[in-house]
Amino acid sequence: MAEMTYLEAISDALRTEMRRDETVFCMGEDIGAFGGAFKVTDGFLEEFGAERVLDTPLAENAIIGCAVGAAVEGLRPVCEMQFADFIACGFDQLVNVAAKLHYRQGVAAPMVVRLPSGGGFSGGPFHSQNPEAWFLQTPGLKVVAPATADDAKGLLTAAIRDPNPVCYLEHKGLYRYVKGEVPEGEHTVELGRARIAREGEEMTVIAYGSAVHLALDAAEALDESIEVIDLRSLCPLDTEAILASARKTGKVLVAHEATQSCGVGAEVAALVAAEAFEDLDAPVRRLTAADVPIPFSPPLEQAVLPQLEDMKEACDELLKY
Amino acid sequence: MKPVNGAVASEPARGGTSERRNGAGEHLTRSDRVNLLRYMAMMRSAEERGITLYRQGKIPGSFYDGCGQEAISVGSAYVLGPRDRMCILHRDLGAHFVRGLTPDRYLANYMGRSDGPTRGKDGNLHFGDRELGCVGMVSMLPDMALVASGMALAFKQRGERRVAMTYFGEGSTANGQWHEAMNFAGIHGLPVVFVLENNGFAYSTPNELEFAVDPVERAATYGFPGVLVDGNDVEAVFEASRVGAERAREGGGPTLIECRTMRMHGHGAHDDMSYVPEAMRTEWADRDPIELYSARLAAEHSFSADEIDSIRSEVKTYVDECAKTALASPMPDPAEATAGVFADDVTPLGDGQAPWSYWSGGAERSAA
Repeated sequence: MAEMTYLEAISDALRTEMRRDETVFCMGEDIGAFGGAFKVTDGFLEEFGAERVLDTPLAENAIIGCAVGAAVEGLRPVCEMQFADFIACGFDQLVNVAAKLHYRQGVAAPMVVRLPSGGGFSGGPFHSQNPEAWFLQTPGLKVVAPATADDAKGLLTAAIRDPNPVCYLEHKGLYRYVKGEVPEGEHTVELGRARIAREGEEMTVIAYGSAVHLALDAAEALDESIEVIDLRSLCPLDTEAILASARKTGKVLVAHEATQSCGVGAEVAALVAAEAFEDLDAPVRRLTAADVPIPFSPPLEQAVLPQLEDMKEACDELLKY
Repeated sequence: MKPVNGAVASEPARGGTSERRNGAGEHLTRSDRVNLLRYMAMMRSAEERGITLYRQGKIPGSFYDGCGQEAISVGSAYVLGPRDRMCILHRDLGAHFVRGLTPDRYLANYMGRSDGPTRGKDGNLHFGDRELGCVGMVSMLPDMALVASGMALAFKQRGERRVAMTYFGEGSTANGQWHEAMNFAGIHGLPVVFVLENNGFAYSTPNELEFAVDPVERAATYGFPGVLVDGNDVEAVFEASRVGAERAREGGGPTLIECRTMRMHGHGAHDDMSYVPEAMRTEWADRDPIELYSARLAAEHSFSADEIDSIRSEVKTYVDECAKTALASPMPDPAEATAGVFADDVTPLGDGQAPWSYWSGGAERSAA
């Protein structure tokens, strides 16, 4: 084990897989000499060379589309969107070509799209989004969103080895904020398995990404028996883990930084309502960003994104219900 | 049934001076020429059979064909070796046949039957037979230009002498992804051949409303050659494609080949082409690629009228047999509708048929 930041764990997963498997390569904007906008691939150019650390022009459809072609021809591309928001410019290749290829033709496209997502640093409307719901409406894409350094490495390794296109949402706010013990060498975390981040009896917070940390911090601050489920994988979704915890505590808050309508919270709430209705002691609640673009100015951004106080309040209300 | 859609065995080249007119002569044997005619005729017959099935209500949706454009997909795909890869578009049925797909599977796909390459998951020409090294098109154009470039990127990274080839219409050149593909392929000198079919119209939109500068002229701005050929001359298409593929194999990078042609049917069966001037229709009707090639085989390569007739009628009989096979194919089980969204493992693409005599040593290897 070694202590790493979330960001170092992402780099470690990439480096380990590229050393292990020569078909794995990275492509994206400014990932070579510059090492990536967030330095995830810092030093990669020197170790792996320009062909496997491919600096691309500013052309997201080219990144995704060429990755599909390379993947069907036996390579394992890992695409970096400089910011998750820019997947909008490569969306067509992702949702129409990559996602549907296996269903239509039985052709696997093993590829990963790394998506630095999330706000909290005045990135404004085009550098702060959490676009996971876009992908979840597209059958054929797997979607993961790690919250810890351990999972950042394990899920990325598993995503690279998966025979499908995987959207890997890495929260920018966790890059250097989150640290933890991470297994050295090869480390995988199975896609589709949630994790109990904190055990509790009175209520459950179902979260992923940055919201996991809000939930854990709120649970400690309130000093209540709150269970926190870290989904880790949004597709496939670990429905068993969700239902088991809902049945156990009878109170469910779903929390995420992405906007509310038709998001993961809606899906989880519908699942719990349909399958665990008789075990519920309270309505399923959601704590999410408001349904607005992410504003630039700090007080506006803080008003839109869920804060620790919001989480404490939401938990408190549900505990008292 | 004899010809399945395999190629006829190769024979020594007959190269006379008249055959060198467009430069293809020395690279084609007599058997190659039989094949070129056969695959064009197969495309025409299969699509005509498809139109009939559509009118009989056996094909759901609409019907799209490449009537008048047969020389392009056949002449270009004919240069490819087994390990080369393709993304084939909706006016390019001939390329599927050259690579080894049989007409029954094409017709089965159109009818939504379980023996089409997509097993009913996708319709019309939206397919690629993975076992023949083809990744099928999507409706968004020209998306496959990027996928083909990605395959070429893999070849280049591994140092393989392989080529990716794909098609698009002139309509696609207006879309931003076309620029992304040309630019990316140019930057990395990828081994890809882009075959542009300028058939006069993007659905109903004529060339003058599609671009201010002809796309073939833009190739130079991306750092690779653009070649303009008569898209109704199968040997001219073959020759430009042969040179482009060879360049790619030698590390010379991409080539854009613009094939001037005319879409002789509507965009789909629902389109009456009322927007096409009558004189334009007549002019191109006189330039049918199959009739032109038949006449040329007779005039320049001593094919008898009987021989040509028998090649064409043999193909027609074969396609009729294939249609029966397709009609016997069952509809897919509704339970299959939810299967196959995700892959459990990776099955590599297979290799395509490569009928050109060069690949079996029949023509001069040094030339190709």
